[in-house]
Amino acid sequence: MKIRHFVLPALAAALGLASCKKGDDSTINIGEVAALTGGTATFGQSSHNGTQMAVDEINAAGGLLGKQIKLITEDDQSKQGEAGIVAKKLISRSKVSALLGEVASGRSLEMAPIAQAAGVPMISPASTNPKVTEAGDYVFRICFIDPFQGTVMSKFALSKGWKKVAILTDSKQDYSVGLTEFFKKHFTANGGTITGEQSYGSGDKDFKAQLTAIKAGAPDAIFASGYYNEVALIAVQARELGITVPLLGGDGWDSPSLIEVGGKAMEGCYFSNHFSNEDTSPAIQEFVKKYEAKHGAKPDAMAALGYDSAMILFDAIKRAGTVEGKALRDAIAATKDFPGITGKITLDENRNANKPAVILTIKDGKVVYTETIAP
Amino acid sequence: MEQFLQQLLNGLFQGSIYALIALGYTMVYGVLRFINFAHGDVFMLGAFTALGLHKAFGPALASMPWPVSLILILLASMAICGALGIIIELLAYRPLRNRPRLNVLITAIGVSLFIEYTAQLFFGATQRPFPELIPRTPVASTGGLTISVAQVIVLATTITLLIGLRIVVMKTRMGLAMRALSLNPTASTLMGVNNSVVISFTFGLGSALAAAGGILYASLYPSIEPFMGIQPGLKAFVAAVLGGIGNIPGAALGGLIIGITETLVKGYGQHFGIPSGYSEAVAFVILILILVFKPSGILGKTEREKV
Repeated sequence: MKIRHFVLPALAAALGLASCKKGDDSTINIGEVAALTGGTATFGQSSHNGTQMAVDEINAAGGLLGKQIKLITEDDQSKQGEAGIVAKKLISRSKVSALLGEVASGRSLEMAPIAQAAGVPMISPASTNPKVTEAGDYVFRICFIDPFQGTVMSKFALSKGWKKVAILTDSKQDYSVGLTEFFKKHFTANGGTITGEQSYGSGDKDFKAQLTAIKAGAPDAIFASGYYNEVALIAVQARELGITVPLLGGDGWDSPSLIEVGGKAMEGCYFSNHFSNEDTSPAIQEFVKKYEAKHGAKPDAMAALGYDSAMILFDAIKRAGTVEGKALRDAIAATKDFPGITGKITLDENRNANKPAVILTIKDGKVVYTETIAP
Repeated sequence: MEQFLQQLLNGLFQGSIYALIALGYTMVYGVLRFINFAHGDVFMLGAFTALGLHKAFGPALASMPWPVSLILILLASMAICGALGIIIELLAYRPLRNRPRLNVLITAIGVSLFIEYTAQLFFGATQRPFPELIPRTPVASTGGLTISVAQVIVLATTITLLIGLRIVVMKTRMGLAMRALSLNPTASTLMGVNNSVVISFTFGLGSALAAAGGILYASLYPSIEPFMGIQPGLKAFVAAVLGGIGNIPGAALGGLIIGITETLVKGYGQHFGIPSGYSEAVAFVILILILVFKPSGILGKTEREKV
């Protein structure tokens, strides 16, 4: 088994390099892994829309290095295990020069060692778990990381005077487990008390037992660090049980489904995010307008991050003057003060981006900006 | 104490939903000695049918009081899914009627996958919000205990259908024919029973029950997708086996046991070192224990294979 694990990526890398040299002269192939279907489908659909928009813009402007960009998208169906398989396929079959994706940390963690072994640079638009970029020096992200995001929510809760918070974690998602850990660390170190800690698994529908236990602790707020799908049902059931305190969460909440399913139950809840489409800066408003014209809906953070991840890659290709793995990697690593939609992006020595977070709330069935918290 | 009572209530309602789905499983098994694995998928189709009907007749339904529109949607979806169940039996199971039972069982798994992926093709794989057919307001909260309208409706429906099914099986001519068929298909034909009609009826009724289950489930957990039937289907199957498959009160009892155990493990397992994610494992351990000591299930009768 061990041999296979080693040989396959090596073989894939060899194939990939061989073909890059040989030709495929007319286009630059870029691979994208996204969850277009399944439990976190709106993440993949939004980030894909953003990425595709960036590709279309560059191609309309004449492409890069005299070639057109070809975006090859693979759907991992929101499934653990599938992201690694399609990443291998993109590298060995489609011979991509770089990988974009995934949004969910658990699935980016599968892709990262594969990209690293093959020497193909990978940029995750929105995976916030710190472990993702620890896989190696070919793996980047253009978003903040969970120690920061957890701290932001903890600071926010404390600033609201919520000293007692209960926690509900999705134990099947690395993202949720990590976020909970960092929230708890900061919150308890700064005078907060955790009244109860409960967990569930993605795909669960009934949370009444956990919520009943949480209710007994009479918290001021509930930190639900999971993804939107379960969070919406958690909110509905919490209100049914007569729990009226706000729910708090991270960027995993960012989806239109949150309000479609959660409805009134989501009112007055808060979550941290990368970007607000209400921001009045001209660059953001122009992006919002372009996106709305194309997709008929306002972009969420995943769309903006998908757009930025592609634009940063294209910027690096331009500076490197080649799509060869090593040179491209170095060019991405040198990204400094890139004017992205989600803020000025500089990649640090750990290949993470340091950016401020925004706190959003749900009001009258709409996501509304409340404040920005800097790193 | 108050928390414990609330957890018991949570378990009771959760269990009654499992019981409702288990009724269909157990009835089809009782008559035909065959496990219809597509039951969970008809359950899913029931929820989607209700969603479709709600969209199509939205304005008309909105003008009615909610119990009327709920009953209309429930009955219409049950009728549509009942017809679908009859068609499934006609196309997939009837051609295999005199073949070994294993063939039918494997076909049932095939039918289940076929329905799931066809649904994914038509409805897409993303979760969809389910309309609020039953108001989600708490109906009573005395002494810190809360019960929602939806939960009461689910419990009431389960009890009504349980009694209704019992009457159909024990008191009607069709029920008599079903029992005769279950006892000995050849002899029942000799007695003038039209086996095909009885089997179609059984499937239709089972599928209608599944559809009702799907709609009530979606009302409690308002986000539906093509694979939503797998997990509750499996639990209901376990419930049916636990109570003694083929036995209608057994299915209800099995559902309640699974529901209450799961809820209590989620609520209190932490204190005993069992994380809430393991609640299903506990339910299945109970199943294994019961099958070890009483293989026919709690209320099942021990049957001797005739030689």
